[in-house]
This record gives sequence, structure tokens and C-alpha cells, in this order.
Amino acid sequence: MRKLALPLGVLLVMVWCLLPIAWIVSLSFKSQDAVSNGTDPGFLPLDSFTGWDNYTAVWDDDQFRRSIINSIGISLIATILSVALATLAAYAIARLEFKGKRFVLSTALAIAMFPVVSLVSPLFDLWRQFGLYDTWPGLIIPYMSFTLPLAIWTLSAFFREIPWEMEQAAQVDGATSWQAFRKVIVPLAAPGVFTAAILTFFFAWNDFVFGITLTSTEAARPIPAALSFFVGPDPFQRPAGLLAAAAVIATIPIVIIVLLFQRKIVAGLTSGAVKG
Amino acid sequence: MTTTIATPATKAGDIPPEVSDRTRAENRLGMKLVAPALIVMLVVTAFPILRALWLSFYNYSLTAPEDRQFVGIDNYVTALTDSLFWRDIGMTVIYMLVTVAFELVIGFAFAMIMHRVIFARGVIRTSILIPYGIITVVSGFAWQFAFTYQNGFVNGWLPFVSADFNWFGDTVPAVIAIMVSEIWKTTPFMSLLLLAGLAQVSDDMIEAAKVDGATWWQRLFKVILPNMRAAIMVAVLFRALDAYRIFDNIFVMTAGAQNTESISFLTYRQSIEQFQLGMGSALAVLLFLSVLLVAFLIVKLFRVDLAQARGES
Repeated sequence: MRKLALPLGVLLVMVWCLLPIAWIVSLSFKSQDAVSNGTDPGFLPLDSFTGWDNYTAVWDDDQFRRSIINSIGISLIATILSVALATLAAYAIARLEFKGKRFVLSTALAIAMFPVVSLVSPLFDLWRQFGLYDTWPGLIIPYMSFTLPLAIWTLSAFFREIPWEMEQAAQVDGATSWQAFRKVIVPLAAPGVFTAAILTFFFAWNDFVFGITLTSTEAARPIPAALSFFVGPDPFQRPAGLLAAAAVIATIPIVIIVLLFQRKIVAGLTSGAVKG
Repeated sequence: MTTTIATPATKAGDIPPEVSDRTRAENRLGMKLVAPALIVMLVVTAFPILRALWLSFYNYSLTAPEDRQFVGIDNYVTALTDSLFWRDIGMTVIYMLVTVAFELVIGFAFAMIMHRVIFARGVIRTSILIPYGIITVVSGFAWQFAFTYQNGFVNGWLPFVSADFNWFGDTVPAVIAIMVSEIWKTTPFMSLLLLAGLAQVSDDMIEAAKVDGATWWQRLFKVILPNMRAAIMVAVLFRALDAYRIFDNIFVMTAGAQNTESISFLTYRQSIEQFQLGMGSALAVLLFLSVLLVAFLIVKLFRVDLAQARGES
């Protein structure tokens, strides 16, 4: 009995994590008819298997393709910008003594706790006046302010672990300061920066509130917002099969990143929030 | 710290001038390096919230922008005396308390499993990151379809529920469905934070308690949990504030129907759907203040020491 507890526990965790994923994949292979009439309830698409029909239908949808491109572009740009600024800030926090260090860390913490919806009505009004409403920069800017705290905390936790004296040691051994920086510090800091970038990207990719409030057309609407407004051919019935196929496509990048960088993500999540 | 930067002569025991120059240079460099990040953060949060504060004193509807009119604290009075506001606040607090409680218990069980497991460590960690990484809207849809009686599997799997039970027809079942989706998505994050805390509890202490004859429960409550208090508190604080902002799942699963609306949803509905920017801004300010209050209460009540949790002291 005791010996069985652990494997059972592992199985339980796996079922917990993967069941809804399996379900949405299963749903994406069911025909629209069966889903809306409820003729094939249950988990697997037994009587209503349609192959890749839902996927090709979604992929042929211009709005869906546009929103995927928007999401990738906006999230990537926001990630690059905010990780770049956060790296400078985190370097200063980890290595230098200066006034206002605590202020920066507490501001970052306060913003991380900020209710996003509070900003929506003023930004909605401001962005319309500045011409930023329904544009890429109109989402990139708010995403940056919300991903910066996460990136600063994660990176400063990482940078605190770096033995910075090694840079001087390399210089004593005859390296120029640029060589010392490039050959010693960059390899030590790069994994942390990369991890912060992954977490930041997840954050931006997952945003919903800004996505639905600061856009109105496919010009800038990201994928989570597009999914929630996805109507399909019949406006009175949510197109479950199509929606599931679209959701699976939107989830694939996340699954790939998780599969490739599982170890780094865990390190980043825990060091930023707990260890310090 | 001496402030004799201007005096060139150095007596023995004084800090040499080059050191304080260096300190000043470091100070300047530090400020320059953090400035861009700080400015971006403040411009997009402090400025809009100040503007929200200003707008909240106006009767300002986007459908009639010319009629904007200063009304003082009228919007606040209207909100605070409306039962809808308090119902949504109450609903939000319930979402927060119930989801965080479940996440804490299930997350801790998962953390214990992950801590003990030697085989398949990579596989289990990869699976646990999938709910964390997935878009909340997608998990909302997955659970919504799972709970609908026409094509979901939940009714078929639960023995005490009839096959045509409509989860979204009444407040309590609809709230349960929303909470399930929220708990599913965020428990992995909680369990990873708790796993990190668990790793900091020394095995020697647990071993010593075992030798002294402590039972499994005694070891858990007297040794393990007290020693990971900081990690638990930080995890609870972060998750509670996050849960208090609940929006995505409600939007997707019920769109606020059956009284499932949260305070974030009410704010969104007033400002974006009904274009009442004045009223919406007042609600945004109240939402902001209530988050501050929740944060303050958690920090005071549980005596969370954030600096200590970060290993700064």
C-alpha cells in the first residue's frame, strides 16, 4: 500500500494537469453538428470524428491567422523590450549600492499586484486620444509595464547568485574588461535572462483584459481576445469544435516552450518568487 | 558614512576621497540603470490611475462626451450605496478565499509528491507547467464545454449529478464551474512555489523528529510546515491578490450571468461595455483601493515578511 502511494500520486498529478488538454484536443476532432446537438456526449469523439476539418477551417479564417500573428509579434516585442530594460535594472539592483534600490523593488512589487482592470478605463480613453487605440504599440506599452516587475524580480534573484568577482579575477589574469565581461559574465547571466524572457512571453501571451479593451479590429487583437469573440458561421451557437481547434493551435507554442525549457522555467518561477 | 567629499586632505582613518567618489559614481550609475524600467512602469500605471481618479469625479459618458460634468463624489456615493457593488465585492472575496484554500491544500499535496518522486521527474514537471502556461481563456473554454450538459463529460462522470443538469443555470453551480477552472489553472504555480519552500526544510530535522518517534502528521505540522512558513505566506499573498482580480474565466464561462460577476467584471462592464467612463473610473479607483486593503490585511494578519522571504535579511 505504502509503495503504491507515490506512483498513484504521480498519476493523479498527471491526470489533473493533462485532462482538460486531452479534452480540448478531443473536442477539436468532433463535428460541429454533433457538438451543438449533443449527439455525441462523453469524452472521445466516437461517432463524430471529423479528422482535421476543424483545423483547416480555422486556419483558413483570416481573422484567426491575423490574431496569431498579432499575438506573436506583440508578445515578442514586449518581451524583448522589457527584458532589456529589466536586465539593466536587475544588474544595478544585484551589484551596485545606490539610493532608491528598495523603492524600485517595492514599486515593481506594487505594480505586480495592481488590478489590471483599474487601468482599463483611463487607458481606453487616453489611447483613443493619442491614436494608440487598436495598434500594436497600444498593447506593447501596457504589456511592458506589467511584465517588467516579473522580469526585474526574476533577474535580480538570478544576478545575486552570480560571483561577480570572477570578472575582476579574469582581468587580473590579463583579460581586457570587455573580454572579462563577454567571456565570464555573459555566459553566467544569459540563462537567467533567457528564463526571464520565457516567463515574460507567457505573461504577454496570456493577457486578456488589455486585449479585449484596447483593440477593436483584427489590426491588433491578440489570440486570447480573438478566441473569446470568435463567432463562426452560426452566431447563435458557440462553434465548440472550431473554437477547440483554435485553442489547440494557440496552445502549441506554449507546449513546445515548456517541453524544451521545463527546467529553466521551474528555476525562474521559484527563484523570483520564493528564494530571492 | 562620512560626507567629507569636498575636503581634499585626508587624515588617517578617514575614508579616502576616491572611495566616496566611487560611491557617488556607483550611486549615479545605479540610478541611470534603473531609470528606464522605473519610468515605463510608472508612466503606464501611476499616470492612468491618477487620471482615473480625476475622471471619477465627473459624469462622463463616451456616448455623450460634450455633456461631461463635474459631479464631485457622486459616483462613489452611487457605487458604495448600490447593493450590486457589495454583491460583486462579496463574490470576489468568495472566489479568492475558496480558490486559494483549495490551491493551497492540493498544491501542497502535489509539492510533496514532486519532492519525493525520483523517477519521471522531468515528465511530471513538464506536465505541471502546462496549466501554468496555457492561456486562461483556453482553460475557461475547455472547462465550460466540459460542464455543459449537451456535450460535456462532467455530468456523465459524476454519479450524483443527472445527465441534463445545467451547471450554468444557477449561481452556485456556475460559481463552482468557474472556480474549478481557476483552481485547475493556478494550482501548479502554487505547488511549484511550495516545492521550492519544501526543498529548504532540512532533511536532518525531519530525520531527527522521526528518530524521536514523531508520527507522520506530527512531522508535517510541527517540523515541515513551520519551517516553510515564509514560502507559504508569499505564495498565498501572490495567489490571493491574483485571485482577487479574477476576470478571464468569468468573461468566458458565464459573462457575468447568474450573479457570478466579480468586482473586476463590474468595472469592465461599466467603462468598456456601457461607456460610462466617470462611473467606471470611480469603480477602478475602488477596485484599486480594495486590492490595497486585501494586501495590507494579508501582510498584517499573517505577518508576511517579504524581505525575509527574498533572503534579504
